[in-house]
Amino acid sequence: MSHSHDKQRLPSEPALRVMALESLLIEKGLVDREALDALVETYEHKVGPHNGAKVVARAWKDPAYKARLLADATAAIAELGFGGLQGEHMVAVENTPTVHNMVVCTLCSCYPYPILGLPPVWYKSAPYRSRAVIDPRGVLRELGLELPERMEIRVWDSTAELRYLVVPRRPAGTEELTEEQLALLVTRDAMIGVALARAPKGAGACATEIG
Amino acid sequence: MNGVHDMGGMHGMGAVRPESGEPVFHHRWEARVFALARAMGAFGRWNIDASRHQRELIPAAEYLRMSYYEKWLTGLTGLLLKHGLITEEELASGKPTPGRAKEQPALPAAMVAGFIARGVPASRSSSRPPRFRPGQPVRARNLNPLGHTRLPRYVRGKAGTIDRVQGVFVLPDTHAHFQGEHPQHVYSVRFEARELWGGDAAPRDAVYVDLWEEYLDAA
Repeated sequence: MSHSHDKQRLPSEPALRVMALESLLIEKGLVDREALDALVETYEHKVGPHNGAKVVARAWKDPAYKARLLADATAAIAELGFGGLQGEHMVAVENTPTVHNMVVCTLCSCYPYPILGLPPVWYKSAPYRSRAVIDPRGVLRELGLELPERMEIRVWDSTAELRYLVVPRRPAGTEELTEEQLALLVTRDAMIGVALARAPKGAGACATEIG
Repeated sequence: MNGVHDMGGMHGMGAVRPESGEPVFHHRWEARVFALARAMGAFGRWNIDASRHQRELIPAAEYLRMSYYEKWLTGLTGLLLKHGLITEEELASGKPTPGRAKEQPALPAAMVAGFIARGVPASRSSSRPPRFRPGQPVRARNLNPLGHTRLPRYVRGKAGTIDRVQGVFVLPDTHAHFQGEHPQHVYSVRFEARELWGGDAAPRDAVYVDLWEEYLDAA
């Protein structure tokens, strides 16, 4: 490899190359192995869509909170203790009976880590990045969501440092549910805007349960 | 640069294939390279725009072949070499240059939680009023820089409307090349789907793109 003229290294075996790089950086003193473990632990086990689900459930339950969330999402999300890396500048966009929002990053794979964790492979994939802006309805159909023609679809391409949270519509028949129960209906995909919130058990979900 | 990373509107990439029960990382090395990139970024030798640009420099065919974290590994290795944190010889041998004093990590374990909680804000305070206001018609400039930009090809030359003023942010076009922050207003601009894609697009649909002030002209 030392004779390579390429400025970019093209790893043939990423696992071996990462292992070698990590051990080199640790031996040089540049990296603290325990810091790496802490970073992995955070994104593998602590941060994830359950954070965003709490934000959405609060917004469904508390109109004043929803108003704050839509006006200044970073501050409203911080009220629940979430924020920081890749969530420094948050924007919340609300689905309504006439408007459906979905989020993409066509240029790389920007994603709101503090409320959704790290992005799934499909979100980072060339098919989603290329097609979400030109064929949102086709993409949604492939992901199992068919929206009526009269519904306006707004695709948010996060080209800057703003990170988007879609506030899905609250499902019918959830008036009696607690905030904790509501949070269980809010999926990662609903907060990216490629799915709707789940229907509560016993209401509307019969098709899948019978099928 | 007009690279293959600028994918919005391209055809031929195939179907979107979600994976049920997907793990956060599919392999241990993905988790390690994710963490290594964060730990080495903490030295402040480069910034988020420079690291995005480094991945854009991956040759197009390789970019399309590589997985997400392979691109991270390639980008990180390139940055470490470019900024002198490792040498070609060290990379080849896997061993530090003999006789060099041991360095100190920029991100010790005790600082990880604080680093994640603080993040790296890209907004800047500015008393300069925004040039555009919500509702105002604008047109994205037709710029084709050889360097880094966050003005996607599919909106260049297209007419849109300012939806909201998002605040003042570091300009990636200069920041990625260590030519200063040049902070300026960022706007969410609404482009009608038919303006972008022609008459076959759904009549009500729209794409919102976050654009820096110097990407825009009044229309």
